[in-house]
Amino acid sequence: MSLVWAIMRRDMLASLRRGSEWSNPLIFFVMVCALFPLGIGPDPKQLAVLAPGILWVVALLASMLATDSLFRSDFDDASLEQVLLSGSPLFPQVLAKTLAHWCMTGLPLSLVSPLLGVLLQLPTSGMWALLLSLAIGTVVLSVIGAIGAALTVGLRKGGLLLSLIVLPLYIPVLIFGSSAVQTAVEGASYTPQLALLGALLLGAIALAPLAIGAALRISVDQ
Amino acid sequence: MSSAILQCEQLYSERDDRVLFADLSFSLAAGEILQIAGPNGAGKTSLLRILAGLSSRFEGELRWRGQSMLHNCAQFHRETHYLGHGAGLKAVLSPLENLRWSCALRGVSQADEAIFGALDKVGLSGYEYHPCLALSAGQQRRVNLARLFCSSAALWILDEPFTAIDQKGVAEIESWLAEFKTAGGMVLLTSHQPLSPSLGANVIDLGAH
Repeated sequence: MSLVWAIMRRDMLASLRRGSEWSNPLIFFVMVCALFPLGIGPDPKQLAVLAPGILWVVALLASMLATDSLFRSDFDDASLEQVLLSGSPLFPQVLAKTLAHWCMTGLPLSLVSPLLGVLLQLPTSGMWALLLSLAIGTVVLSVIGAIGAALTVGLRKGGLLLSLIVLPLYIPVLIFGSSAVQTAVEGASYTPQLALLGALLLGAIALAPLAIGAALRISVDQ
Repeated sequence: MSSAILQCEQLYSERDDRVLFADLSFSLAAGEILQIAGPNGAGKTSLLRILAGLSSRFEGELRWRGQSMLHNCAQFHRETHYLGHGAGLKAVLSPLENLRWSCALRGVSQADEAIFGALDKVGLSGYEYHPCLALSAGQQRRVNLARLFCSSAALWILDEPFTAIDQKGVAEIESWLAEFKTAGGMVLLTSHQPLSPSLGANVIDLGAH
């Protein structure tokens, strides 16, 4: 447990001091959401219909853009080698790194999402569903994205390849996430969708770190 | 040599169809220092990465305490310090924060006292709380070297430890190597400069293969 905490602390401290790592996805999220009323037109009814999908797709893209940096700086400054050679099991290490990354990207995204919901005329009945589905869903996005980031970290320009690997895997999260918000707007219970997101989350946390660890070993082996 | 702890037998590695080394065998017993020499591109770093367990691009047999490295690599990693070309430091964090992290990785918790001692030993007392980006290349190298003293190990694998270190520092590092050797530690290092003869290091010249 102290291992997990030490890794999360170090990553979050570094990310806080650097600033761009947590602020860029957030600014991207806000700016792209602000573009939609300009592009579609300010009709509240039309925006309200599209809002759940827009918010979820943009949050998904923001999370994916942030994923590229997950292992990049560790790879560049060779601290990844220290991680692989530490003799401690990789599973808790990569899980801690991914969770720290989520705390700096996915969590702030979820927290500002109700504000952007107001901007996009999302009915108030959908706010809680938006916040909760994003909070759970972005963890899954971070964990899945970490597999792609680990696979592409050894490449000079892995950005586009990363999105090709990761986007298809994001589809189930997007379906259940935006459907939770839509259902809440219609006034029905959105618990089933949240439960499915939760199941995806548990599955991802249980299995993805194995893939991330193996991918990191391959990326460093050159 | 029955007391050999690290044994390498008939190592073979190639890179881009060029043979780096073939049929390379050596062993290391407690209290031995082995310098790997050779011109640029001879495969020194590749050999160290293979020995550290980072690279699998080789054929041959590696044994640690008599057991194949494939089966007890976790134990081997715990007993080894590998310092490569990269500093492994986060520039925005202080030496203290960086070393706390490396200690936690190696399973040492509550290591602050050891870290302060190690930083003092490498001549960086007073810099504990400065961000690493404010330190010079040589000082960053020293922070990296401080890792060696934060937790115990049986084998140090050092890739060019003298890079960016001043002349006085080179002598200091050699004295640390001598201390470690007397305590029964093993050192594998690459360096372009000859080590002081008092260290009694064996040399493998990769250029000769």
